[in-house]
Amino acid sequence: MAEKIATRGAYGEAIVALAEKYPKLVVLDADLSSATMTKSFSQTYPDRFFNMGIAECDMMGVAAGLATCGKMPFTNTFAMFASGRAFEQVRNSIAYPRLNVKVIGSHGGLSVGEDGATHQCIEDFGTMSTIPGMMVVNPCDGHEMRLAVEALLNYDGPAYMRLGRLAVETVTDAIPGYSFELGKGVTLRDGSDVTIAATGLTVQMALAAAEQLAGEGICARVLDIHTIKPLDKALILKAAMETGCIVTSEEHNIYNGLGSAVASYLSEVYPTPVVRHGVEDVFGRSGKAAAVLEAYGISPAGIVEKVKKALSLKK
Amino acid sequence: MDKKQLAITATKARMLALDMVHTAASGHIGGSLSSLDALTVLYFNKLRVDPQNPHDPERDRFVLSKGHCSPALYATLALRGFFPVEDCKLFRSIKGHMSGHAEMHHVPGVDMSTGSLGQGISVAVGMALAGKIDGKGYRVYSLLGDGECQEGQVWEAAMAAAKYKLDNLCAIIDHNGLQIDGRNDDVMPVMPLDKKFEAFNWNVLSVNGHDYDALSDAFDKAAAMNNGKPTVVIMETIKGKGVSYMENNAGWHGKAPNDEQYAVAISELEAYLKELEG
Repeated sequence: MAEKIATRGAYGEAIVALAEKYPKLVVLDADLSSATMTKSFSQTYPDRFFNMGIAECDMMGVAAGLATCGKMPFTNTFAMFASGRAFEQVRNSIAYPRLNVKVIGSHGGLSVGEDGATHQCIEDFGTMSTIPGMMVVNPCDGHEMRLAVEALLNYDGPAYMRLGRLAVETVTDAIPGYSFELGKGVTLRDGSDVTIAATGLTVQMALAAAEQLAGEGICARVLDIHTIKPLDKALILKAAMETGCIVTSEEHNIYNGLGSAVASYLSEVYPTPVVRHGVEDVFGRSGKAAAVLEAYGISPAGIVEKVKKALSLKK
Repeated sequence: MDKKQLAITATKARMLALDMVHTAASGHIGGSLSSLDALTVLYFNKLRVDPQNPHDPERDRFVLSKGHCSPALYATLALRGFFPVEDCKLFRSIKGHMSGHAEMHHVPGVDMSTGSLGQGISVAVGMALAGKIDGKGYRVYSLLGDGECQEGQVWEAAMAAAKYKLDNLCAIIDHNGLQIDGRNDDVMPVMPLDKKFEAFNWNVLSVNGHDYDALSDAFDKAAAMNNGKPTVVIMETIKGKGVSYMENNAGWHGKAPNDEQYAVAISELEAYLKELEG
């Protein structure tokens, strides 16, 4: 049986596992270390962990200062505060000077659940990817997350990475030939009728949707787009040419996330029907995570519905 | 440098800053003039920096948290030999890379890109923290505006600096009492800054920001404290210092002098320079 672990859990393990190999790694948190899963790092490497208190803006600046002195800081808080509250610090103190800071946003998307709209960040891909030169990463499972952490440690530049709250089934470790490279998507399932390009939490949903569609005789390709920016244009273009229509899927507003990136790109090079599956420009409500996701159509059934629409648009 | 040389250098830096803002027909002259005496003392007598090796990991750092006063910083760095004075001609010009606010990748000697107020001091905290982690002996200085202290982030950074016992950090506040819309006291009172920083567990020194001896003493005292607390040097200054019609006038916060005004300003500073060199 496949491992089931939240990407935040795998992240927390990875930074501890990689700390000896990467002595310049330092970890900052803003009073959420039990939730962002940096607590284990803080206990194992107390001299390399800095709890900056409930002061996310300052945390980003301190990380920038550490980076100018050769450290490799990872800042940790909820996605909402990393990409929202501290947006301008990330832009001006980290991205503009191209400093080697990794901004980690945990509890991204609606799956925060009970905490409600103030903490359900569905805008982080948009705010972070609109910053020039900012990389945006969103791994889908524990296996991919561990590889992403090490890849980010080897990438010299500013990047944002979303972590999820919910335990999710690990799927990428079973893919033959799977390898992780920042900026390169992965074909998880081949198909010729339609492509579902998913990221993060909806990757497993996309696989489930593809399975269901197969039962209806529809052969869906599933792409795991773990790096939203820079977008793997070659993989998207190939999918557009070979399957003729695309559904994007993300736990994010349909505006300014993966769907926007894919649609914008294709409209310029190879106009193709693109149907965006995501949160339809509304704030979420409180509830159990699964119920909240269901309520906003973030489910395999929601993806299937978008696939039907995409197929109807296909010439 | 002795006091007289400092005065001569600061006056030349004021002329260069005015020249830059006049040539660009934009820029922040008022706060540049109020902070230039401190910058001159720091860059010519205190900071352990080498213009030939601006990225030396052992160097002292300076973060211009009030990044709009780039004319003062760029002029000081040019006179200190980090780059040719002629480069200043392209300040704020699309033909060059001398950004309107301090920029670290194209202007040698600038340790951090700044401009959005309240952010530089956090970066300085990070630099000081890195020094502590690595056991390095460098010091970190950061210059803030008094109006800048209205930004909440300044106080987030102040808490962090105290928590991590950053006695290698020295914040400097250019208290000229004025900001874009007028007096601090009218826009949003920031005083008493000394009591605020004391309450945040900092050492506090108050000086006349145009007195070279007092500034020098304050920076030495801050470096010698070693009591596990960061130090803030609150400088009483005159916005527009050195140009009669700009002094204590908020209107010159971010305005460039026209040709006539520029000529008057330069002639005043030239006369002062002659007097000093006389």
